[in-house]
Amino acid sequence: MIQMPEPDRSTLSRRDEIVAALRRIVPGEGVIDSERERRAFECDALTAYRQLPMVVVLPDNTQQVVEVLRYCKANNVKVVPRGAGTSLSGGALPLADGVLLGMGKFKRILEIDVANRCAVVQPGVTNLGVTHAVQAHGLYYAPDPSSQIACTIGGNVAENSGGVHCLKYGLTTNNVIGVEFVTMDGEVVRLGGKHFDAGDYDLLGVMVGSEGLLGVVTEVTVRVLPTAPGARALLIGFSGIEGAADCVAEIIGSGIIPGGMEMMDRLATEAAEAFVRAGYPLDAEAVLIVELDGCAAEVDHLIATIEKIAGDHGATSCRASQSEAERLLFWAGRKAAFPAVGRISPDYLCMDGTIPRKEIGRVLLRMKQLEAKYGLRVANVFHAGDGNLHPLILYDANKPGELQAAEDFGADILRLCVEVGGVLTGEHGVGVEKRDLMDAMFNETDLNQQQRLKCSFDESSLLNPGKVFPQLCRCAELGRMHVRAGQLRFPDLPRF
Amino acid sequence: MTSLSPSDEKQLADMVAAAAVGKQTFEIFAGGGKRGFGRPVAADHALDISGIAGIVDYEPAELILTARPGTPLARIEAELRGRGQMLAFEPPDWRGLLGGANAPTLGGVLACNISGPRRVRAGAARDFLLGFSAVNGRGEIFKAGGKVVKNVTGFDLSKLIVGSFGTLSILTEVTLKVMPRPETERTILLHALADEVAVGAMSAALNAPHEISGVAHLPEAAARRSSLSGVADGLGAVTALRIEGPAPSVAFRAEAIEAAFGRGAQLEGDDSAAFWRDVGEVRPLLADGERIVWRLCPTPSLAAKAVEAVRARLVAAEAFYDWGGGQVWLSLDPAEAGSDGGAAVVRDAMKACGGHSTLIVARKEVRSQVEVFEPAAPALTALAARVKSGFDPLGLFNPGRMREGR
Repeated sequence: MIQMPEPDRSTLSRRDEIVAALRRIVPGEGVIDSERERRAFECDALTAYRQLPMVVVLPDNTQQVVEVLRYCKANNVKVVPRGAGTSLSGGALPLADGVLLGMGKFKRILEIDVANRCAVVQPGVTNLGVTHAVQAHGLYYAPDPSSQIACTIGGNVAENSGGVHCLKYGLTTNNVIGVEFVTMDGEVVRLGGKHFDAGDYDLLGVMVGSEGLLGVVTEVTVRVLPTAPGARALLIGFSGIEGAADCVAEIIGSGIIPGGMEMMDRLATEAAEAFVRAGYPLDAEAVLIVELDGCAAEVDHLIATIEKIAGDHGATSCRASQSEAERLLFWAGRKAAFPAVGRISPDYLCMDGTIPRKEIGRVLLRMKQLEAKYGLRVANVFHAGDGNLHPLILYDANKPGELQAAEDFGADILRLCVEVGGVLTGEHGVGVEKRDLMDAMFNETDLNQQQRLKCSFDESSLLNPGKVFPQLCRCAELGRMHVRAGQLRFPDLPRF
Repeated sequence: MTSLSPSDEKQLADMVAAAAVGKQTFEIFAGGGKRGFGRPVAADHALDISGIAGIVDYEPAELILTARPGTPLARIEAELRGRGQMLAFEPPDWRGLLGGANAPTLGGVLACNISGPRRVRAGAARDFLLGFSAVNGRGEIFKAGGKVVKNVTGFDLSKLIVGSFGTLSILTEVTLKVMPRPETERTILLHALADEVAVGAMSAALNAPHEISGVAHLPEAAARRSSLSGVADGLGAVTALRIEGPAPSVAFRAEAIEAAFGRGAQLEGDDSAAFWRDVGEVRPLLADGERIVWRLCPTPSLAAKAVEAVRARLVAAEAFYDWGGGQVWLSLDPAEAGSDGGAAVVRDAMKACGGHSTLIVARKEVRSQVEVFEPAAPALTALAARVKSGFDPLGLFNPGRMREGR
């Protein structure tokens, strides 16, 4: 288990005083201090980690956020921001000595600007809520994490959320064009807006995906896109993972970027089919779902091209959706894959590494070996287009040692992803879950440079400490400049 | 000013570490074509990183390319073209705009976050940098991001480094996301629309599901400078909509666009490509004689209003619109613009239009006197200064390029 920083006794001893001060800022029910009600906030979707927050505050306007942060800064109190709490990496895990700052009351859609294809929303609006708000204009919001019915835009900004369509349409960072946020000092900063590009440093680019470490987002401007006139999907079965992987490589190599391209292994396919009866080929070792969107002329043309490629790579079955209902049925199994796996195992851990796609065969083989080593099974769901793996490690938390084994197994998988040239997380974030693996990917100099960015936003390290970085930021030390005088070793270069 | 030309990352890091001892500063460049972009830099050393060049890895099926920043852009593009791929943000060659003889490099394009017409659909240069290595102002080599197309591990420093004009760190290796080159392209021209009407038409076109990948409006004077007869001898102003993709799809969408917006001339293949190359290179504004050039990024729907507000006070101003109005190129007569290069008028006009403006082409004296980049609110300016010092605490890199002190 990952250890969180030791709670600060002086903060805990001031709890009543802190609660009273927060009540002066956020009146009524906006401050929650009873243990029973705080319980609802003790974890996010990484449920293996739980911690009762010291107090929960639910502001409903930016000024209250400013005052809460100013108070916490002045009184050296830690703050953990939270959206809907659907993070899979523990990004919103509370701290025993921290204020949990819930943004759930920021629910308003502030503006829909059709002419500029954008919407200005508060961070507590759900991902799907944005699409619902703009769809009457023929528009939609592209990033579609699987939790989109519940997860909020504020959380999406913090985590740089992806989804099944991000190879073609990008992650959150490619679809957010402005934010307003409050710094730990209580300063309100606006970045971007309805226009293109930054007029100075692209700080919006680092706010997105900063996992609640840099500021508390209070408003978001998102780009919305015209809804595609149509879409069709292909359901393709393969007798081996390699054939499916080669097929994916050739689809992309031939110049096609599908709207979505998902792969499932046999175990995931069986679990999904048993759950939703989508008609998946149960004789296949790998199933590929490829979706094409656009005008009918383009979709039909590309479907024919991909059918040929699939045949060339030994597909054992290949069906193209003939109706919208059939397309949705193809997706139903994939979209239900996580809960379906939940039916065949008491618990599972969902991993999130990305690998170069060419390494898929090697990675899956190593995973088989690790299954034997840990005595645990893995179901693989894979955003095949962009190499983002979601191995689901099946375990039973009630069996002593299995959670630890599952975590160790997961860590081995992620180290393997890095070893073959990939990364620790493709879309779920580092949070608590992958924090102590950061040094598999980054050396101390790399991590120090990232932490210096943290220091320039939050020198006190009060905002979401214990997440992302294996060590707490030591801003004073990191700011010091050690000049390497007397160690210069290049005599043939000019001396200065 | 001494000249330094490191040949690799390690040598570069040693040079920076040595310079840090005496707080000696660098003006950083590779091709050098963008040294006149931004505020003039007075540094102790001219640091030419064109020796840190070459393609390190290119994997078409993985959609990634890793190269060193001194690599000429043309070299990268030729390599990609050979495998039917491209840089989707369509980086333009600004030699005609900024002067300079050497070919643009990858590093220069990224340092300045320069994107071409396809930016409106595909995203900017900043959207395609997946990861990098660089030397910071402490003389340390560090890396950020990754070499795969989907990654959220750690802060996304790639976004920050693109468009930082070499003031944060010196890039030594970059990994880019590359995309397939569309099979065909076609441009549909609408004629003789007034600016305000054209901005509305461009917005309507971008709101329709035709996957338009270029949308520009050239008022009559700008259209007349085109090298393409269909544009220059047309009926005054030209509003252009580009579609790309497989042939059956392009034909289908062209038909749909004509049905919605009216029949006009069409540019196919090379003509279409030439038109958008000219737009990206700002050729429709490059008149004979000295001009001052501004780049405006207003709220797109307010683009014509911004231009109108400038022209109300500077009658010799000329403009054209790219990115559906999201990028406006403005050319001013230096005499009429006055000693501030028109900054007061332009920024006043932009106040009601959101966004930002950048002075791109002006004499050194002008660029050293006015804010070349959009002035920001005090909280943001202070934050940006802290960010700078987190990377380059002594202010060694391109001092004063963007603002006083950074």
